[in-house]
Amino acid sequence: MAKYMLIAARDPIESREAEKYCLLAADLKREGNDVTLFLVQNAVLGARKGAAAGALGKLAGAGVEVLADSFSLRERGIPTQRLAAGVRVAELDVVIDHMAEGRKVIWN
Amino acid sequence: MADKKTLTFSIMDAPYENGRTVTAMRLIDIAARRGYDITVFAYEGAAALSFAKQEPHANAVHGRDLAEEDHPVPREWVAALIKTAEAHGGKLDWINCGLCVDERGVAEAVPGTRRGSPADLWKAAESSDCTLIIGAK
Repeated sequence: MAKYMLIAARDPIESREAEKYCLLAADLKREGNDVTLFLVQNAVLGARKGAAAGALGKLAGAGVEVLADSFSLRERGIPTQRLAAGVRVAELDVVIDHMAEGRKVIWN
Repeated sequence: MADKKTLTFSIMDAPYENGRTVTAMRLIDIAARRGYDITVFAYEGAAALSFAKQEPHANAVHGRDLAEEDHPVPREWVAALIKTAEAHGGKLDWINCGLCVDERGVAEAVPGTRRGSPADLWKAAESSDCTLIIGAK
């Protein structure tokens, strides 16, 4: 089993890449890997309750840990209570934690 | 430092083009404050991030002078990151892709940075605990 940290920076409404990226996260998890999806910059727009049926909806039930960068949320005026179920607020430090741990870290 | 780590970052975006640059700088800053040894390979437009002749400017349209505008210049961020790494017992090896530098005429870089090639990225990745490639697309 490998450990993955997938970093998503794109607005899921703007690019279909975001949806494919979520499918990749779900597939990696389904194959028995440990997967965290970290949303940063405009990718946090997809973490809002109203947007959850899109790209992030592909992760429903897959067991992928989904984190949203607190700084990116604050920049865009998204309060914690507006986040979809299953999305947790995190600091960017988590990415460095995972890199230091030697995970496979991918940016999209 | 028993848990000292070695991390490599590759960045591609030119100054002022994309939020990825800010996120990359934030990540490097976190690693620097932990005293990690860091390599940054700046290629394509990112080779201009440490260009020493960047100058802040006033904003006549908004009626702000130089001090009020407080315009950020990436060369200062790069210099600050190098100092932060040193202050915390680590080091930041900032490598600018030589071909990218020549293409853009940005050879005069802030102290502490150096010129290199993709081979340096390969060597750094080989000896790092983790490498993060941040592309421009």
